[in-house]
Amino acid sequence: MINAIREPLIFEISSPGKTAFKVPALDVPEKKDLLAGVPLRTDIENFPEVSEPEIARHFTRLSQANYCVDLGIYPLGSCTMKYNPKINEKIASLPGLAQAHPLAPEELVQGNLELMKMLEKLLLEITGMEAITLQPAAGAHGELTGMMLIRAYHQAQGNPRKYVLIPDSAHGTNPSSAHICGYTVKEVKSNERGTVSLEDLARLMDEDVAALMVTNPNTLGVFESDICQIADIVHSRGGFLYMDGANLNALAGITRPGDLKVDVMHLNLHKTFSTPHGGGGPGAGPVAVKKILEPFLPVPVIEEKVGFYHLNYQRPQSIGRVRSFYGQFLVAVKALAYILNLGPAGLKEMVETAVLNSNYLRKNLEGLYELKYDTPTLHECVFSDKYQKDYGVTNLDISKRLLDYGLHPPTMSFPLIVHGALMIEPTETESRRDLDLFIEAMKAIAREAKENPEVLRTAPHITYVRRLDEVQAARNPVLRWEK
Amino acid sequence: MYPENLYYSQDHEWLKIEGEEAILGITDFAQKQLGDIIFVDLPAVGKTVEAHQAIATVESVKSVSDIYSPVAGEVVQVNQEVAQTPELINRDPHGQGWILRLKIKDKSELNKLMKAGDYEKFLEGLEH
Repeated sequence: MINAIREPLIFEISSPGKTAFKVPALDVPEKKDLLAGVPLRTDIENFPEVSEPEIARHFTRLSQANYCVDLGIYPLGSCTMKYNPKINEKIASLPGLAQAHPLAPEELVQGNLELMKMLEKLLLEITGMEAITLQPAAGAHGELTGMMLIRAYHQAQGNPRKYVLIPDSAHGTNPSSAHICGYTVKEVKSNERGTVSLEDLARLMDEDVAALMVTNPNTLGVFESDICQIADIVHSRGGFLYMDGANLNALAGITRPGDLKVDVMHLNLHKTFSTPHGGGGPGAGPVAVKKILEPFLPVPVIEEKVGFYHLNYQRPQSIGRVRSFYGQFLVAVKALAYILNLGPAGLKEMVETAVLNSNYLRKNLEGLYELKYDTPTLHECVFSDKYQKDYGVTNLDISKRLLDYGLHPPTMSFPLIVHGALMIEPTETESRRDLDLFIEAMKAIAREAKENPEVLRTAPHITYVRRLDEVQAARNPVLRWEK
Repeated sequence: MYPENLYYSQDHEWLKIEGEEAILGITDFAQKQLGDIIFVDLPAVGKTVEAHQAIATVESVKSVSDIYSPVAGEVVQVNQEVAQTPELINRDPHGQGWILRLKIKDKSELNKLMKAGDYEKFLEGLEH
């Protein structure tokens, strides 16, 4: 699709009266008054009218201008964009699962409920936690649910408390979730290793603090090795330790957050457990807790009584519903298929390979790109554009140039404690050959930065669209087509 | 580069003192670090703020950042022009790109802030 004519918008190829369907001639008496009194929309104009080949070609062309995990590496740090095995899609599309009605009586969907319970048990075993809900529909939704559980607990003790502590390396969603839950956020500084400063934490922790939200390994890919001391400081003042499970792809099968004194955590099934995400499908953010928070879990809770699975809504201390029906059921099915397929040894290998791949990239790019923190890292590593700055090249230019090499760029300008960050997470699904393609491209770009920086500043050159005006797009977004 | 008549904080805000009031903005260093600013969230006039507390938010293509008030005070005016045209902060950070005006609670807090020369030295000490 490279260098082809720009595909018009579907509105622009519309011509009045064209359709992509043909209905049989009416052979019964026409009833015109059936919709009398029903409010009908009449204000939709210029709806695209195209033929079937036009519509098929339009979207196929657009899809060919796209980049996806089925094409190559997608090294977005902290997003864990691994390849998603197709067998999981096949299992999730079995009629008994895909076509189950959400209002079907429990007797008719026992198998489906059993699958959910099975996934719950496996996730509890993997995390070392004691109770779980599959309801939240995404990671940030899981965070919000987790914070609501914490607030409900404190409220039940008579004081919801005021503050939530969050390290300066945290995902942006953490402060948002705490804020939406009515808490004021206080930032905990990182130390020179890039991990939580125990001194700063001890200084900030008091009886007004509801919880600390920590990501482990953190967004630098560094394992918070003081996690138990961190937990002790937080617990000593009656606070909870919340763990953002976005980076579980570095831990699963090796160590368990529950054993590291974590009280609440969410898991991203669409990251660690390989269900598609980022436009490829809905996410899922189950929340796992210790016993103390179990009474507050959202309803319904799946219970098993003598071989019969039942959805319990009668839970007086519950925070209530967080989503309609039962969470993203088919996402749960895909995650379950993935976990069962790998098994305990496979999960461990998954993590070990993810860590190995990341360190292989890191070792090969060290020296060419700055590593602000040289602490050993697990499944992701964070470089910066510091060495390229001298040639007037930024992380944005490097990322855009990667597109010319046919590769997706890493996460940019995050975490905020590394200026000009390039946060790379290859995941375990990349072969040595794919990793080498990425490394060779990054090496070539480092050379270009010195010898021909202009080619970077004006990149990309061979993509479907050239460099977009991101500032203009953010300041004056045009979100709707107008004639 | 950095005007002599301003006070500077370690969080890269500047204050210009006019009687009992201070005009607050972010420094040229801060705007360069943020990149193109696309949105400014201003507080309501009358809002009171403690020293080092967040008082406004600036959003760039890269990130969202809090602006901290270097001193305690009460907001008496906000710059509607930067709300309309956030790029003023990039274009003229120490002038037209001012963010808000505070009535200062305790002028002695100004002693903790840096003058231009010290701020420039402080910047040299930063890694980037």
